[in-house]
Amino acid sequence: MKTKNVFAIGLLSLALLSCGGGKKQQNTEGVQLQGTIEIDGSSTVYPITEAVAEEFKKIQPNVRVSIGVSGTGGGFKKFGRNELDINNASRPIKTKEIAICDSNKVEYVDLTIAYDGLAVIANPQNTWLETITVDELKKIWEPAAQGKIMRWNQIRSEWPDKEIHLFGPGVASGTFDYFTEAIVGESGSSRGDFTASEDDHVLVQGVASDIYGLGFFGLAYYEENMNKLKLIAVDNGKGGVKPTLETVASNEYAPLSRPVFIYVNKQATKREEVKAFVEFYMKNAAALSKDVGYIPLPDSLYTKELEKFTNFVK
Amino acid sequence: MAKPVKERIIELFLKGSAILTVGTTVGIILVLLSESIPFFKEVSIVEFLTDTEWTPLFTTKRFGILPLISGTLLVTFISVIVAVPLGIIIAIFLSEYASPKFRKTVKPMLEILAAVPTVVYGFFALMTVTPLLQMIIPGLSGFNSLSAGIVMGIMIIPLVTSLSEDAMYAVPKSLREASFAMGASRLQTAFKVVVPAAFSGIVVSVILAVARAIGETMIVAIAAGQQPRLTFDPTVPIETITAYIVQVSSGDIPHGSLEYKTIYAAGITLFVLTFSLNSLSFFIRRKFQEKYQ
Repeated sequence: MKTKNVFAIGLLSLALLSCGGGKKQQNTEGVQLQGTIEIDGSSTVYPITEAVAEEFKKIQPNVRVSIGVSGTGGGFKKFGRNELDINNASRPIKTKEIAICDSNKVEYVDLTIAYDGLAVIANPQNTWLETITVDELKKIWEPAAQGKIMRWNQIRSEWPDKEIHLFGPGVASGTFDYFTEAIVGESGSSRGDFTASEDDHVLVQGVASDIYGLGFFGLAYYEENMNKLKLIAVDNGKGGVKPTLETVASNEYAPLSRPVFIYVNKQATKREEVKAFVEFYMKNAAALSKDVGYIPLPDSLYTKELEKFTNFVK
Repeated sequence: MAKPVKERIIELFLKGSAILTVGTTVGIILVLLSESIPFFKEVSIVEFLTDTEWTPLFTTKRFGILPLISGTLLVTFISVIVAVPLGIIIAIFLSEYASPKFRKTVKPMLEILAAVPTVVYGFFALMTVTPLLQMIIPGLSGFNSLSAGIVMGIMIIPLVTSLSEDAMYAVPKSLREASFAMGASRLQTAFKVVVPAAFSGIVVSVILAVARAIGETMIVAIAAGQQPRLTFDPTVPIETITAYIVQVSSGDIPHGSLEYKTIYAAGITLFVLTFSLNSLSFFIRRKFQEKYQ
């Protein structure tokens, strides 16, 4: 009885599907493409790609876009094994990863899609922290701090004598590589005794609910959770600067701003839906990246990146 | 006389099923051992058991399992403090006071608690219990072992109640009647006659609940944090063995690397913990069970 029912439902949905397909083919908006685009990589770039995919779906409803968040490194690993069409990357590809791509004959092109700022954030109830210097950040996060810098007043004596709870992206994340390189001076070099998660929501939740918390992640996640978090200005010797559209694009918010990329697999661009998606991406990245809290490139650069892609596909 | 073929097939099938489960257990132990032996070739077992820091994924690699064990035990301890008194009181009530009809309705309802998916408990701890606790304890971290422990305690109440209630219910009526005949009240009978008589069963239920709490994963992975540290402060983020295993398996660690092998080392530690608890409960049940005719 049960199996029969399931079977009937299956038949019904099949019938519905084919109906839907029939209708859509009568759609007048250009050629209707089909297929699945496999994307993975940085959780920092994810919001942009996700926004683009959503818009893309409106004009190409039969193309399924699946986007994972394994971190930039995790994504490149799959990308190098030819398992992905596109990798979201919050840093350029590393020599080691290029070697893997080469050995598997994966050709690719890198496209810059926006700028991202790293936000240093604290709990809204934190009354003592407004500006933090790059040196202080280094003192907190360098490997030597492990097990030693445990209280707020060890960083600045007027800060409270309370335990500091640190939150940051996990080791597979491009954001972690970038932060450690910019602050500690060596990519991947950090203390290990903090709450590390590839899932930025865990970090948001952690800092938002912990008055003695301090963390860092992509600016976009701050913008999404502005009412739950307090943005800290970073002082690189020229006074405290908070990351904004202007300070990131002008590179005033140094050293914590950077470009983000997508890497496109050449073999995949032979599929019309992937090619259409990337073209759509480059044409809409300016508006959509701004929507989700990133800083768009100047228009001329988008045109250039699109040209680069067109030449690459040829 | 030879058995009919049908009988033989059925026997073979039954035997096969039994061997399958035993085989799986043996297989798991073998995998744990074979993956953790190479780990212990690189990291001495002394360092593993005595170092006070656990940071295998970072630049300064330290391989001390103590912070993970302390985290695990801390959460377990809190959950036991919640579950054991409540669980046993409920069991006494159900077995000694409640009418059979009431018992028949309430017991299955209580067991529903055990059927709630643990991921739901995890979010309940993070999103409901922690904010409530923060009203009472200012400065409580968003991830902490207190909230995870309390919720885990709620989760294991049915385990304690169900098993210890069975043990109490199995105490012969004659004992209670004798106690009443001596002029004892219901309360006196419950605590001075039934509980001691069912004591081994109650202890076993507690130990099994502890084993369940030690192995629990989702609640602590969600609500207790991911920061290994050697502390018994219930208000700060910690990491348990299970949460560490989740963190590494869902992350991006190359297979075969030393970092990857840490999860097997952590896994075998966990296995030793729960296995010894299970053996203890088995031993207690055998040794201390009171026999009544």
